[in-house]
Formats: sequence, structure tokens, C-alpha cells
Amino acid sequence: MTKTFPIGGLHPQKHKLASELAIIDAGLPEYVSIPVKQHSGAPAKIVVAKGEKVKAGTLLAAADGIVSAPIHSSVSGEIVNIGLQEGLFGYDEEQITIKVEGNEYAQGIDTSDKIITEIPDDTEEIMQRIRNAGVVGMGGAGYPTPIKTTVPEGKKAEYLIVNGIECEPYLCADDRLMQEKAEEIIIGAKIINKLLGIQKAIIAIDENKPQAIEIMSRLTKRYIGVNVRTCKSKYPQGSEKQLITAITGREVPAAKRPIDIGCIVQNVGTVFAVYEAVMKKKPLFERIVTVSGDTAEKSANFRVRVGTPAEFLINKIGGMTDKTAEIIFGGPFMGTATVNLNTPVTKLTSGILLLSKKSTAKEPETACIRCGKCVDVCPQGLLPFEIARRARNNDFSQLMQLHARDCIECGSCAYTCPARIPLLDYCKISKAEAKKILKKQ
Amino acid sequence: MLKISSAPHIFSPVNTRTLMGNVIIALIPAILAALLIFGFSALKVLLTSIAACVACEYLICRYLLKIPPTTGDYSAVITGILLGFNLPASIPLWMILIGAFVAIGITKMAYGGLGKNLFNPALVGRVFLFVSFPQQMTTWPLPHPGDFFAPDVQTGATALGILKHLDGNSSSEALTKYSYSIDNMPNYLDMFLGNVGGSLGEVSAVALILGLFYMLYKKVITWHIPFYYLSTVFILTSIMWFYKETPDLDPVAHLLSGGLLLGAIFMATDYVTTPMTTKGKILFAIGCGILTVIIRIFSAYPEGVSFAILIMNAFVPLIDRWCIPRVYGTGRK
Repeated sequence: MTKTFPIGGLHPQKHKLASELAIIDAGLPEYVSIPVKQHSGAPAKIVVAKGEKVKAGTLLAAADGIVSAPIHSSVSGEIVNIGLQEGLFGYDEEQITIKVEGNEYAQGIDTSDKIITEIPDDTEEIMQRIRNAGVVGMGGAGYPTPIKTTVPEGKKAEYLIVNGIECEPYLCADDRLMQEKAEEIIIGAKIINKLLGIQKAIIAIDENKPQAIEIMSRLTKRYIGVNVRTCKSKYPQGSEKQLITAITGREVPAAKRPIDIGCIVQNVGTVFAVYEAVMKKKPLFERIVTVSGDTAEKSANFRVRVGTPAEFLINKIGGMTDKTAEIIFGGPFMGTATVNLNTPVTKLTSGILLLSKKSTAKEPETACIRCGKCVDVCPQGLLPFEIARRARNNDFSQLMQLHARDCIECGSCAYTCPARIPLLDYCKISKAEAKKILKKQ
Repeated sequence: MLKISSAPHIFSPVNTRTLMGNVIIALIPAILAALLIFGFSALKVLLTSIAACVACEYLICRYLLKIPPTTGDYSAVITGILLGFNLPASIPLWMILIGAFVAIGITKMAYGGLGKNLFNPALVGRVFLFVSFPQQMTTWPLPHPGDFFAPDVQTGATALGILKHLDGNSSSEALTKYSYSIDNMPNYLDMFLGNVGGSLGEVSAVALILGLFYMLYKKVITWHIPFYYLSTVFILTSIMWFYKETPDLDPVAHLLSGGLLLGAIFMATDYVTTPMTTKGKILFAIGCGILTVIIRIFSAYPEGVSFAILIMNAFVPLIDRWCIPRVYGTGRK
């Protein structure tokens, strides 16, 4: 039976142009620029200096505190610059630029394709390897994985859900990874199971990935406790809260974490990175990126070294066309638009999309006609129109009653609004205001 | 040239204008039915009504509010069609101008334009004309299907009108003059097709139902309001029929007569003047159903739909406050 979350959601056009395209290596650019903050939490502390020679996997910056993650070099070469450069969000951020020379890996990294199934016995050792490899949640949030896989005192883990839902249009990185690295992902799930002290893992995949479902279902027969569950293709099925509800029927209470109801959700990319960190001793310095879009001459799923500039990948698929109006890092719903072609791929970049003016055209805003479509599609049961109406008038008196901070920022409301009111922008403003109020209390 | 914008970067192909355009398409079967049944006079009434509503909105935007005219969203066209639908084919055209001014000028623009009005503009326009010119508003030309230019000389009574006058209070002279006789009650087929007297857009049940299916298919509206409105009327009139409160009109005839289908499909589903949540919509529709039956059966007016919807319009802010969805992660163990 296909599962889904009970309220809201929508069915945008899928545009999965790259779903049939096998992952190919993007190759090495001339330079990579690696940001020291590619995760939520504190930026990593730089431990190298300009002029130093590094190899792929060399530690560049160490985790600064618990909520942080180390950053590794993704290439071999010479560090030519350490300094502020414009990041994805337009703000300056610390980046380490390396001139690529050769293609060497740091010692101890197993770069072969051989699948290793023997999970180490010592959980402390496993945890240390994940921590040292700088594994973070690759679904978008970038929350350091070691924290997420540590069950807090007094809490009990029951479900490990491996998130193979890729509900954003165009993106196929997770789909391809599941098709091509299925067994590695299953072993990765068993590793996390071991850390959590539970036996079972559920791999959730949405209906529009029949090949991934088929391959995963076939392989999971060999691994006791790992099961595939099919979910409806609906946006935002891949959202952590909505996925938990679809699979378990439980709801994450407002302002609580999934572990409070016994759930841990890990993106398939993250689980694969866990496998590589533990079994191959390979730090997280490359990932799968879908390069696609309605103005892309062709689409591709690339294995990309972190720090690779967007332009390098865009040129690989034939470059921008006259019609390209927006370049998006991530999906068209939740991704970030950039005009800086040097923006580097990070651990969190699931896709780079070249979208046309037509598909991204923001029509002029008109009056709210109270159609209620924003309420119908909100998967959190919020009233986006009301949050927006008040935010527009700087009225933040009802933020708690309106549950503004429960917004998951999926953008369903703004996508749907026939009056083209920027509902998500107002919800984000309200969410920030709600956080301020909570801080004061 | 690359641009920066905030998320989401893509949008549903449906905007306000598409929605309104789809409503207009859904109204086309009923427009054709009106032209077929009432001929040239129906065309005159509809065109006058549409032109007056659009012109009124345009002039108010342009010269009174001094803002770019909002007529491009087609909502004034819909108000114009719906106002025309609520009028008899024989109405003097100057009265339509007054109705259009009340609908657009007072009910819609004075409240701030599209999206801000509390009451359904077309219905307020209709009720205003109804209480101001009761004679002309209740003189129904007989249908003359097929004969486009036939003059509207003959007038007949509607099923609900006959019902209202069979309670023994009307003089026998009036009964004969306006053919208020049980023998003149139309049969189901005529009511379903629209071969009966009545306002322009309300007579043909089949045309209205076609429009309903189109709007459901295009997801302009959900099924909730028409379903709950019509079901409530059906259930209540069944009970009353069973207890002989309304012996001459059975529940099915109630569904097919008067402005009920027009109201339940096109008026009670107007986005602006109805609740935003599904729960609220259901409550609103049931309220409309109850009020319609009460007015039809117990009041002096034969028709209850306009008043029922307008009264429920007034409750919408309250309903919206009550019927909010449960927020994820709250209020459930």
C-alpha cells in the first residue's frame, strides 16, 4: 500500500529529465573553493595555511564544537587562497581555494567499488569515523549526522527511516544513488541501526521511482530488518515530518524533534556517506548533483567534488542558453537562486537547475480572493493567508496562535496562490519574528 | 540575464484570471440555455448586465480610486453574468444599470474591491432590485425555446410562486391572472431542461450541472458546498413533505426549482464571500440549506436562496474564526 501524509500537498509537474541517466564523474575543475561552513552550526576552524599541498580527503578545517562538522579537501593540489568570497546566499563566507594538481587521495581511503559488508563491532569507533568524515544531513538541512544518530538520554529510537523521497521537480540525485548504490545504502542503514540500538530500517521511496523501488526491494530481501515502503508522489512527501507521519502515523509534536516520538530520518545520500565514512574511511567530499532544468540542453547526474564551481558543471551539459533566467541550487521549491556562477557545490547541493523565464515568471501580485487554496495545500495545517496578511501589516501579535514557527517552508502555498502573493516570504518573516519572541521569553 | 528571486521559484499555472476564466466557461451552458429558452430578450439582459458591471468597476477604479483598473481579472464579468442570471428576461434594461451599480459599486468596490467584499455582489444587486421593483422582478416570461425573436408577452408563474399562492390567501382573480394553479406546475423533465418560467440562468438544471462538473474537473471549486447545500435542502424538504408541510412540491422538485442550483453551484461557491477552510465550507453550506428551506416554506417570499446565501455571507468571518484546521503536531496525542 502506498503511504502519504494526510493533509495538504500538491502535484507539480515532475520534470524528472535525468531519471534514466546514470551517474557520471564530473571530472576535476581547475580550482575548487570549499566553504568552511557547509552544515548547520558553527563554521569549522581552518587547520591549513595558504601554500600547503593537500590531497583529496585531507582535513582542511576541524569541527568547532559539538554542532559543527569538519571540512576536507575534495581534490589534490595547492591551497592558493583562504578568505572571504561570495557564498550561495549572497553573503561573504570563508572559503578555501585549491588549485587542482593531479588526482591523489589521502592515505587510508578506499576508493575501490568493492562492497564491504562487515560492520565494525565497536560503536564508538563507528561514531568516530562518521564524525571525522564530516558527514552531515545531505537532504538540505546539513545537521551533523553524529548528533542525529545519538539517542539522547531518556529517549528511545524505534524507527529508522531512510528518506528516498525526492519530491522536488527535476532532481534525480537520490533516485540514481538508490539505483546504483542500493546495497551500500542498505549497509549504511544497518550501520546507523547499530548506533541506534535497533534492528529495523524502512527505506521510503515515492511511486515515481519504480526502478529504485524494484532494486531496493530485491536487495533488502538479503538484509533482515530492512524494508522498502512506497509513498505517494506528492509534494512535500520528502519533508521529515510529513514522511514520519506517512510511515508511522505519528506526528512530531510542535517544537519537538523526531527522536521524541522514536523516529530518526536520514536522507539516502547521508546514509551512503555514512557507509563510505565507516567502511571506506572516506570523508564526505563528493556528492551526486543533478544538473538539469527546462533550459538545459541536456541533463546529467554528476558525481561532483565539493567546491566545484557551478559554471564548470553547467558547461559540461552545454552551457546556459539565451532562455536561462534563473540558476537554482537545489530544487525549484526550496532551492536558492544565484547569479554567481562561481558558487561552489557543497555537501548540501542536490541539484543545479537552469530554469527559463517562463517557468520562473513571478506575475504581479493581485488581491487575495480568499480561495483557500493555500490552506488546502499546507501540509502543516497552517493559515498562510492569515500569517501573510498580518505580517504585511507588521502585526506579529498572533504569531503563537497562528503557529507560524511550525511552517516547514515547503513553499506549497506560494506555488499555489492564484493571486501570486509571496506567502512563503511572509511566513519566513513571521517565523523569524516568532523565534525572536521565544528568545525573549 | 540571470535573476534572483526567493523560493519557491516555480508557480502553479493557475492564476486568478485563469480561475475566473474557468468560471465563465462553466457558465456558458447556462448562458446558451438562457438564450435558447428566452431568446433575444435574454441576450439583451445579459449583455447589459455584463457591460454595466465591467463599466462600473472600470470607472470607479479609474476616476474615483485612481488605481489601475482591476477589470482584467474577469471577476466583474462573472458578477455581470450572475446578476443577469438572477433577473427575468422581461426586466426593463435601466433597472439592470441600477442593479449593476449596487452590485459592483456598493457591494464590491466600496468594500475595497475584489476579495474584500463581505456579500456576494450579484445577489445583493438582485435583492436590491427585488425589494425595489417587486412587480417587474417577479413577472416571468414563458419559455419559448427555439423561437429566438419571439416577444415576451405571455407571463407565467414559477413552481415556487404557485406553491406560495396555493395557501388560500390569494384572491381567485389573482390566481387566474397569474396562472397560479396546481395544473400549471411544471413536470420534472421541463424543470430539468429549463422549459419553465423563471430568472434567466436558473431555469435549466442540466446546464447548471454541466457547469458544476466543469468547475469540479478544473478544480475551481471542491464538491463540498454544492453537495452539502443541496443535500440539506433535500433532506429537510423530504421531512416536510413527509409531514405534509409542503404537499404540492416534492423534494426533487424543490431541488430543481427556483434559484437553488444556480445558488448552490455558482453563488455559494464564490471564493470571496464563503469560508476558506473545508470545515467552514460545510458549515456554511448546511446553513444555506436550512435557511433556504425555512424561507421557502415558512416566509412570505417564494424564493429563499438569495436571502439564505446573503445571511450566511454575514457569518463567514465568524465561521472562518471557528473552523481553522488542526495544526500538525498539536492537539493530538
